[in-house]
Amino acid sequence: MLPIKRLLLYKPQCMKKWWWKIVCILLLVYTITAGLLFNVPRKPIIQESIRNLYFHVCMWFSMMILFTISVVHAVKYLRNNNLRSDILSRHYAVVGIVFGVLGYSTGMIWASFTWADPNSSSFSSFGAIAKDPKLIGAAIALLIYFAYLVLRDSINDLDKRARIGAVYNIFAFAFLFPSIWIIPRLLESLHPGGQGNPALNPQDIDARMRLVFYPAVIGWTLLGVWIVSLKVRLQMLKEKNVLES
Amino acid sequence: MIKGTLLLLFSFLISILSFAQDGDTIEMADTMRENGKIYVVVAVCLTILIGLFVYVFMIDKKVRRLENNNE
Repeated sequence: MLPIKRLLLYKPQCMKKWWWKIVCILLLVYTITAGLLFNVPRKPIIQESIRNLYFHVCMWFSMMILFTISVVHAVKYLRNNNLRSDILSRHYAVVGIVFGVLGYSTGMIWASFTWADPNSSSFSSFGAIAKDPKLIGAAIALLIYFAYLVLRDSINDLDKRARIGAVYNIFAFAFLFPSIWIIPRLLESLHPGGQGNPALNPQDIDARMRLVFYPAVIGWTLLGVWIVSLKVRLQMLKEKNVLES
Repeated sequence: MIKGTLLLLFSFLISILSFAQDGDTIEMADTMRENGKIYVVVAVCLTILIGLFVYVFMIDKKVRRLENNNE
């Protein structure tokens, strides 16, 4: 079957299910309430801002999960040439980037209160903070994904765009490994989690915090998937109208 | 046997005490919790979150209507 014909026949049934949207709402309401009210370990310097684990870290987790789904759809496209996989792959990457940018900006705010020299303005310690390998690695990873959007959306031909986009998506995902999982762990960094698996290691994270942290990761990720599903459905409608007219 | 158990329990209690002492020296937002103002913050955050959810739900409904019209 022609890829365009397949797209026309596609009916997004699976995305119309609503129960997981309710789960998403409940989990995020729980995250905000429990995240602000439950007990947390008392740590020097970081103090009450330790609660950012439920927000800042979850942004990065969601980004990684969304990028993983994106690359899965890219591989799927290369295997079956179904344009639907291409659209899914592209929108998962976009929402992943949004979460990454949110993670970066929340990290900026957090770092300016915990890493900066308390005796001078946080602006004056910018030079020391900006050198951190974790920050640079995350910036490189995000920039590669920006380039993915530029590359894919600048090609007009449907099939060419999908194919080149899918191949580049795999490259971008492969580059996540050195830039955010390997290199930052080899170099010294102010950012926690240099050794082992940050936030996943049971010895690394307090039991009280895990009670909120894991539901929070699922909740934020589901919110991302929800936004993706809306974007994909709109895009499908658009493509159908273009193809039919 | 009982002596041993009591001793074990006592040793656990000691560790709890030291844990609490360790924490008391670190400044947290305890006053905010005491006077209950933290609930104001929770209420504000929840209002924003639920408002956003209502908005996303409305977009969802709109997309569904478009899909149904298109068929």
